[in-house]
Amino acid sequence: MKRVLTLIAVLVALAAPAFAVQPDEVLADPALEARAREISKGLRCLVCRNESIDESNADLARDLRVLLRERLVAGDSDAAAVDYIVDRYGEYVLLKPTAGGANWLLWAAGPLMLILAGGIGLFYLRGRARASEPEAGLSADERERLKRILED
Amino acid sequence: MITELGHFSLILATLVAVVQMVIPMVGAQKRWTGWMAVAEPAAVLQFLLTAFAFGALMHAFIVSDFSVKLVVENSHSLKPMLYKISGTWGNHEGSMLLWVLIVTLFGACAAWFGGNLPPSLRARVLSVQAAIAVAFFAFILFTSNPFLRMAVPPFDGQDLNPLLQDPGLAFHPPFLYLGYVGLSMSYSFAVAALIEGRVDAAWARWVRPWTLAAWIFLTIGIGLGSWWAYYELGWGGFWFWDPVENASFMPWLLAAALLHSAIVVEKREALKSWTILLAILAFGFSLIGTFIVRSGLLTSVHAFANDPERGVFILILLAAFTGGGLMLFALRAGAMEAKGLFAMVSRESALVANNILLAVGCFVVFTGTLWPMVAEMAFDRKLSVGPPFFEMAFTPFMVLIGLILPVGALMPWKRARLGRAVHALRYVFLLALALAVLAWAVQTGRSALGPVGLFLGAWVVGGALLDLWVRAGRTPGRLPRLPRADWGRVVAHAGLGITIFAISGLMAWQQEDIRVAHTGESFDVGGYTLSLERVEQGRGPNYFTTRGIVHLSDGSGEIAVLEPEKRVYPVAGMPTTEAAIDYRLLRDVYVVIGDAQADGGWVMRTYIKPFANWIWGGVLMMGLGGLLSLTDRRFRVAAGARAGAKAVPAE
Repeated sequence: MKRVLTLIAVLVALAAPAFAVQPDEVLADPALEARAREISKGLRCLVCRNESIDESNADLARDLRVLLRERLVAGDSDAAAVDYIVDRYGEYVLLKPTAGGANWLLWAAGPLMLILAGGIGLFYLRGRARASEPEAGLSADERERLKRILED
Repeated sequence: MITELGHFSLILATLVAVVQMVIPMVGAQKRWTGWMAVAEPAAVLQFLLTAFAFGALMHAFIVSDFSVKLVVENSHSLKPMLYKISGTWGNHEGSMLLWVLIVTLFGACAAWFGGNLPPSLRARVLSVQAAIAVAFFAFILFTSNPFLRMAVPPFDGQDLNPLLQDPGLAFHPPFLYLGYVGLSMSYSFAVAALIEGRVDAAWARWVRPWTLAAWIFLTIGIGLGSWWAYYELGWGGFWFWDPVENASFMPWLLAAALLHSAIVVEKREALKSWTILLAILAFGFSLIGTFIVRSGLLTSVHAFANDPERGVFILILLAAFTGGGLMLFALRAGAMEAKGLFAMVSRESALVANNILLAVGCFVVFTGTLWPMVAEMAFDRKLSVGPPFFEMAFTPFMVLIGLILPVGALMPWKRARLGRAVHALRYVFLLALALAVLAWAVQTGRSALGPVGLFLGAWVVGGALLDLWVRAGRTPGRLPRLPRADWGRVVAHAGLGITIFAISGLMAWQQEDIRVAHTGESFDVGGYTLSLERVEQGRGPNYFTTRGIVHLSDGSGEIAVLEPEKRVYPVAGMPTTEAAIDYRLLRDVYVVIGDAQADGGWVMRTYIKPFANWIWGGVLMMGLGGLLSLTDRRFRVAAGARAGAKAVPAE
């Protein structure tokens, strides 16, 4: 029985994932740690699928978390620390893309579409308010039947 | 043997679908009743044959027939029975078979319950539905055949992805597919109406139950998926803005818009062409979802078939159905003439605003989801678009919808006075504001998220209750006699309000603690005391586990014993975390056990998650509201209208 348990323990240890933020990574200064957590939520774990380094269990994410904390301890501002990491890992690391270059289109897509759709909507509504009632397209028989259905 | 019969039955179903696609369409064009009448028996036969094929595949999974390649790759003899069954659709091939089974199911339902449709419309609807089925049958038979055999059957299988071995996830795909595919009915109706060249109130009344059903299934499917993510993935996240989640969210948004615009068509004979367009787009987005999951084009935690050949096939289907639908729309939409007239301020215009916001919200999600691909191809930039973007870019639209909703719901058709609706809502507004101020005063942090969410949630819920009250003529006695559609609307709207509040409350007021805990030691998190009694090793049917025994207590004594687990599935070679959650009305305590430390301690994460249950409670209410509306009398009356067409109804 003991051997089985040892085997299980070995198996568990081998396959166990390293968890997201580990206690040994946590900074002593709570304010600094809170900043680190906030920033890591916006940084992508490069080897993962759509996970931030704050959530990821991957080793690389751990390295990035430690690196980020080192920068913050060294006195970097939030922006400087993020720039430092983007310089080394590319903008792929940012989960919230910058608005620079062609990305303005991404950020403006929603508002522009809203203005466009709102304009079309207003135009349509004005047309509806002004148009005159056209002839009903249903035959008298169908109208009768529809009326009965609606009345039930 | 049964497997081969299933395979054969699938091929037969394909042939029946081809017949059903061609004959009724020709019949409807030429007005040959005999040819049109082929559609119904064909739809039923097609469903039965596909159901048999699906049953045969499920049989192979249940008896663990390891001569079938798919079973080998996705099952294991030691797996619990529930997961052997759910393993049938926990893989690409099986899930496609389930998909097409649901397509045929909806076709058969249209044949069974569509007795009151005009024969030509029914024939065309069933024909378009069969065309969709033919495409997916071909996809299955040519690129993803689930019935392939192994030349040399192995002794045992490779097991299902352990993350999928979970009751929540066993039922998540079927619901989601029922939703996705349910939108194929709306699509079929839209295309049939375009061919027919006629959209009227009666058409909208036939389409609405199908869209409503699809929307209910999507709501429940998305809710189940998010609940699963919450308790299974180990840090209590419930929505990740992952491409595949977005793929299910976009059709949901459009289906919600379609539901509301179909009301305008039904009641006021306006917004016809927009409704048709929405129906085409909603199904188009379902196909895009399928494409995203199965092509491997976008990286995602869900993608389970990264095969370019399949991706291209689905892309062709997507182009054919969406492109074809849109082309037909461009040719025929001119024939849709709006009739109803209404003022600038009216219930109609509020519903137009709802549609604009939902559709633009969907557009934002779509842009964000595809942007990394666009940026890489067009601008040679490799970038990510993650949750922070969606939270910033999408949330404003939901806030606007929440603000408009109570006002719009109180406005009458045709012509409304804004001041009147706003005046009726004054107490609701004051109540919501008071709650928000209270929350602002009580909370410790300075985030506005919590109070704003509370305001919006209370505004929407209060508005829904007022809506009900006004509808009942402010007389309690009339409440039980209100039509179910009214109840459904109110329940669904209130559910939305609760979900809005719960999401912002959870995000704003969550507390987290990460530490190394030693056995016998206790620690405090947000007013609760946790103590790790011991950590034990054990084994389940197909996994090994490390289980912590944690006592949870507050000031008044012990509340619960929590047993967070860490499991390893040796066959699949994957670890999973099983968080232990103490579910309560106002908060969840969420405990996860991590790695053993060198000094004998264990990493423990504890989260206090306020109002977590309310998220799914709200989602459930939305689904329930839809169901109430679906069972409304007039839909059933409409179903019986054929009988009433000759005889005069006694009522």
